[in-house]
Amino acid sequence: MSHSTVPRSAAEAETPAKTPAGSGGAAGPRSRFQSWFRFRFRFRDRKRSGNSGKLSLRLRFRRDRTLLLMVLPAVLLILVFNYIPILGNVVAFQEYDPYLSENGFSAIFQSPWVGFEQFERIFADSGFWHAVQNTFVLFFLQLVLFFPVPILLALLINSVVRPRVRAVAQAVMYLPHFFSWVLVVTVFMQIFGGAGIIAQTLRRHGYEGFDLMTNPEIFKYLVTAETIWKDAGWGIIVFLAALSSVSNDLYEAAAMDGAGRWRRMWHITLPALRPVIALLLVLRVGDALTVGFEQLLLQRQAVGVDASDVLDTYVWWNGIRNQDFSYAAAAGLIKGVVGLALVLTANKVAHLMGEQGVYKK
Amino acid sequence: MTAVLDQPAGERPAQSAPKKPTPWAAPPRPVWEEEPSRAGLASKGLVLGIACLAILFPLWVVIVTSLQSKKTIDEAGGLVVVPKGITFVAYQELLSGGQVQRAALVSIGVTVVGTLFSMAVSVLSAYGLSRSGSLGHRWILMTLLATMFFGAGLIPTYLLVQALGLTDTYLALILPSAVSVFNILVLRSFFMGISQELIDSARIDGAGDWRILWKIVMPLSRAVLAVIALFYAVGYWSAWFNASIYLTDQDMMPLQNVMIQLVQKQERPVGLTAQINTGQLSPLAIQMAVMVMALLPVAVLSPFVQKHFKKGMLTGAVKG
Repeated sequence: MSHSTVPRSAAEAETPAKTPAGSGGAAGPRSRFQSWFRFRFRFRDRKRSGNSGKLSLRLRFRRDRTLLLMVLPAVLLILVFNYIPILGNVVAFQEYDPYLSENGFSAIFQSPWVGFEQFERIFADSGFWHAVQNTFVLFFLQLVLFFPVPILLALLINSVVRPRVRAVAQAVMYLPHFFSWVLVVTVFMQIFGGAGIIAQTLRRHGYEGFDLMTNPEIFKYLVTAETIWKDAGWGIIVFLAALSSVSNDLYEAAAMDGAGRWRRMWHITLPALRPVIALLLVLRVGDALTVGFEQLLLQRQAVGVDASDVLDTYVWWNGIRNQDFSYAAAAGLIKGVVGLALVLTANKVAHLMGEQGVYKK
Repeated sequence: MTAVLDQPAGERPAQSAPKKPTPWAAPPRPVWEEEPSRAGLASKGLVLGIACLAILFPLWVVIVTSLQSKKTIDEAGGLVVVPKGITFVAYQELLSGGQVQRAALVSIGVTVVGTLFSMAVSVLSAYGLSRSGSLGHRWILMTLLATMFFGAGLIPTYLLVQALGLTDTYLALILPSAVSVFNILVLRSFFMGISQELIDSARIDGAGDWRILWKIVMPLSRAVLAVIALFYAVGYWSAWFNASIYLTDQDMMPLQNVMIQLVQKQERPVGLTAQINTGQLSPLAIQMAVMVMALLPVAVLSPFVQKHFKKGMLTGAVKG
């Protein structure tokens, strides 16, 4: 993580001892001309070693300008569409009025400052607390019902030895991940909706039809079921990758010692999955406030606001629909800051437990 | 060459096998492993079967219903499970002009242009950041990484897109979500794994960074490029939210948004109402046909890339 930044080749950086300082060229400190010469002839990755730390910034820039040029478009896009909006969050402390100026962004400079007034309004709004509550209910439900499914499916798939069966099962299970939420929700409508296949069959046999899609009571389970249908199969991949790296020798040695199928799973397979499970838990907890924005927005009309409003849809409703930009930006800012705190805390906990988390210490 | 590299050592067929096993048959078990019990095999098959059926059955119903005539649909009282004959009337109607055809073309256009743009930007930046020791790459990397921890939020982004004058243009569907830092990291960690000797030898032969990227790095990374391209393409194909807030002109809407109107809100497609009203065409078949049009491209494309999916996962920590 922290070697000198000057040798550009990784191999070079890892084996500095093999190439003594002077062996690449003339002994002693090189003149600028020599460095320049080496640079021109593209020997930069290999032979430069000891004295390359003395390259001036200008020379390094000239050497790496192609690379910098390549990075430029991505950096520009990120700066414009990720960093400028972060600054745009100042509207949360204003009474922002887009019509104060011709351009919506320069209107920020003319809008009056109101301090924390928007936040006070939000905290006094029962709708906000309701959205927070829904967010957490959905998060915990997904954690309990969704999270274990990919692990179990991966163990199952991993125990299938026939290559073709395995490939076909994987292909089918990965498929829904690539469907849009619009498609997933409409597919669920065709099965569980009022005109869906189940209600339709019931009615034909003289029973009462039903419509699960508009029932606020069970909506949270419906949302979780949709998430499982769409993404549980996809979640297998990470676990399968971890499982394929377990050495067969371990299983053989355990079998020699008399461990049966289940004991081998408990003592070899599951410990191999531990770091992956920890990482995914950290990611999930860090992202706890995001619980299916598009998915819930699509079903908002059918099931009603009470059951489906979460933080993200609350921001959307107040900002985009009601054009109360400052208020919605404040709510979004609360979400962003709490989300950041959650990521950092989850990582901290992972480090304390000896796992790696998202980033290293 | 890539074919050899792509095959992990562990998955090569056992050398000692007497004859080549067919792909459906089980390979020989190691001697230390117990024979599977009948009940175990049966229950495994059952669970796998149920899981696959839960995914395939709804799709089956949707596809079959889209291919039925109005008579069959009316007889079934709605969705059809067992097909009676096949007719492509619904598709003919949808593709003979009108709202859905235009929306499908819009979606295809945005997906193709967007994916090419995203791939170009991501591959270039991933390579630019993958040469360790280059000027400023740690700072740039940190700048990109930070966006994964703190999202700017919907409202400021919306205001920015408006201020840039992107509303009611297709750029609003591409630019704000064009680069995924995660995808750049995946590409970068893959590029870093390419043998340095190979790159050095090209450099000694006089190749610059552009040529190295084009002639050496990209051909060696075909698998991961395919996966990332699929991720981007699926993202553009599935997107509907940005269109719903940035586009006001109904004629510009992509397929997903039209699907919301037609299937979820049960609106009649513009330009086709006459045929539906005269009773030649079932509105249900039209709805299902729109859904099939939305799911077909991804369902056809993703299995081709399937064996490489693992490479699209970010394995290992971010290396400096």
